[in-house]
Amino acid sequence: MILDDILQIPPYSLNHREKERLLTERLMELTERHRENCPEYRAILGAMGYDHGKVRTYKDLPFLPVRLFKELSLRSVPQEEVVKTMTSSGTSGQAVSKIYLDRTTSANQQKTMVKIVSDFTGSSRMPMVILDCPSVVKDRRMFSARGAGILGFSIFGAKRIYALDDDMKLDVEGLAEFLEKYKGQDILLFGFTFMVWQHFYKELVRLKEDGITFDLSRGILIHGGGWKKLAGEAVSPEEFHWRLNDVCGLDRIHDYYGMVEQTGCIYMQCEYGHLHASIFSDVIMRRPLDFSECGTDEQGIIQVVSVLPESYPGHSLLTEDEGILLGEDDCPCGRRGRYFKVVGRLKDAEIRGCSDTYAAKFR
Amino acid sequence: MLEKDMMEALAGVSFLVGNKETVGRIPDIPALEPFAAEMLDMLNDVSRSLMTDREAKQYPDVVTYAFWIRKSSALKLKERFHREDGDIRLGRGTAFHIAPSNVPVNYAYSLTAGLLTGNANIVRIPTKEFPQVDIINRAFREVLAGERYARLRPYVCLVRYGREKAVNDLFSALADTRIIWGGDDTIAEIRKSPLAPRAGEVTFADRFSLAVIDAGNYLDLDEREKERAAEDFYNDTYLTDQNACTSPRLVAWMGENGRVEEAKAEFWQRLYGLVARKYVFQPIQGVNKLMSSCLAAAVYGMETASAVIVEPHTDNRLVRVKVQRILDGLMELKDNSGYFFEYDCADVLELKGLCDDKHCQTISYIGNREMLMPLLTSGIRGVDRVVQVGKTMDFDLIWDGYNLYERLTRVIAAGGGGVTV
Repeated sequence: MILDDILQIPPYSLNHREKERLLTERLMELTERHRENCPEYRAILGAMGYDHGKVRTYKDLPFLPVRLFKELSLRSVPQEEVVKTMTSSGTSGQAVSKIYLDRTTSANQQKTMVKIVSDFTGSSRMPMVILDCPSVVKDRRMFSARGAGILGFSIFGAKRIYALDDDMKLDVEGLAEFLEKYKGQDILLFGFTFMVWQHFYKELVRLKEDGITFDLSRGILIHGGGWKKLAGEAVSPEEFHWRLNDVCGLDRIHDYYGMVEQTGCIYMQCEYGHLHASIFSDVIMRRPLDFSECGTDEQGIIQVVSVLPESYPGHSLLTEDEGILLGEDDCPCGRRGRYFKVVGRLKDAEIRGCSDTYAAKFR
Repeated sequence: MLEKDMMEALAGVSFLVGNKETVGRIPDIPALEPFAAEMLDMLNDVSRSLMTDREAKQYPDVVTYAFWIRKSSALKLKERFHREDGDIRLGRGTAFHIAPSNVPVNYAYSLTAGLLTGNANIVRIPTKEFPQVDIINRAFREVLAGERYARLRPYVCLVRYGREKAVNDLFSALADTRIIWGGDDTIAEIRKSPLAPRAGEVTFADRFSLAVIDAGNYLDLDEREKERAAEDFYNDTYLTDQNACTSPRLVAWMGENGRVEEAKAEFWQRLYGLVARKYVFQPIQGVNKLMSSCLAAAVYGMETASAVIVEPHTDNRLVRVKVQRILDGLMELKDNSGYFFEYDCADVLELKGLCDDKHCQTISYIGNREMLMPLLTSGIRGVDRVVQVGKTMDFDLIWDGYNLYERLTRVIAAGGGGVTV
């Protein structure tokens, strides 16, 4: 099945039966493709006793733990064909994921994202405010997740400014000028959840006390990257929403779930607060004990599948996030496919044993 | 060290048994003879206190410890280690113990080794709270509070503090022997604090262990013995999340082909039954084991197909990965909490590579110990102990290749054993 054909289908138009047929065919093809071209992947399938003939649905396909991309360099194309290497945003000293993209996969990621996001923002490009600093996207060959996100979303911006300088200070004048210039138009805002809160929202609150306000009632905010860093601030998604609304009139706010290992296939949050899987990808919640599939409303580990990865074997991955499937094909927003919520990261194991993690904790 | 610096360093230290003043006086406390009668009585009273403690009974590790410090078992140790040769043996003085942070009762064994050999002890207790630690400390406090053992009070100093180097510096400077549990990283960290020139050190580094099972011998066990074997193996592994230095990470099967498969099926089935009943599974462990399986497959399975086979499993509580050959570096890919490499072993010498590794600590076995002899006498550089399955955690004064009795005592040569030169 050719991906270009899939890309012609509107992203939330298929019901579960149609989608299952499409995903099963494409993902089985990808499994074979990576088995042929990635020796590590072939070895893993071999060790697991994978039998192509027994697969009835894409849910039967094997999945790799996302962490594997931190330990191994997994490629299904020759090094010469790699045009981009994406890395996850690990904190310093931690291993980072390395994702190798060839021209095709990279282009398809871009196209897919346009399809998905346009469904929420409309297809015309808008003036765009990036709630981050310009230095994040400096090196164009090595992309961090933050940089990749910004560049990915930048194509939706007709005119763009970075709202923060490299010291993460809000450029008050620049922003005021920009908003004045495009007054009366829809404005796209994009940033990482934590950055939006820390360096944008908080600054707006402070400025308001000084009598400086911004009107963003025509704004559409898309943010992602997770709530982990905000846990310390005890901000819930609901509070995040109403507080931003309160300080600058922003009302169209979409969180999204996604990861560098499956760039392009993001899961956008609809008006009803649900994250949605498009036809280009899916989520399967798995029980930790035996990896069997959870029922609706049951919390499990999130497996993600994507039709895009051709240059690396990342089309079926087990994340370390937990989520809950809320329903399928029947979200009140009208979009078909699965909708769900993300609960958070799996807790590290507390294990006994002789060997401490003393040095790690040592300052 | 200046009194003031010392008090400053001790500011963040909490004393669970003993107090700050004890630390100041520690260099002046007399070294005792090993297995001093008074000490054995004291430990016996601690044992009795634990044995009658209702809470203690819930913790098999506390009960095992209480059993080990009874006078009768201490006297057996004395018999093994003590020699009447006219020389005088004494504790080396002060022992500073750094206990591992995640094995609750380990600190008590370390302390007891120090006490039996006549030393004053400063023991750094895990910062993590364990009920077992409270129970044992309570017993020591209670027994030492009595007038009868007032003289022994300064020999037991149990402290809890964070990771402050200043405190490590202070206790290390006081130590005649420093005992570091907790593996390579802890050793590297504590070694930043210097010891006195004549002081000695015992370090318990990162190790791995394995089990060897004779299939025929196992299959010949009766019903009760097989159930017992499962429990023993469970205690060797799952009880410490299969993450103690003594926990087998690989099981090697000896015996005829057909019998090996039969034995495996039964052995793992019985173990799984126990695990499903007793083991508390944590969600991330499933992901970790999948990760470890994939890594092993990718690292070793690239050249030869079926070099690594992830055995079908009921669930993630028990995951077995069969390896066709024992590969270099396999143990770097070990995991815990019920993740076993498995190997069909036609000749025990096939394990030589693993056992030649100095990280290799304990071989536990089911079968006849003789089957291991060709391996043990083949000139291997690793392996410090060989015990039956179920005994891997049994503590002894010879531990991890060290004779703690020797390490914690010194000799005044007075027996006239020398030769005139």
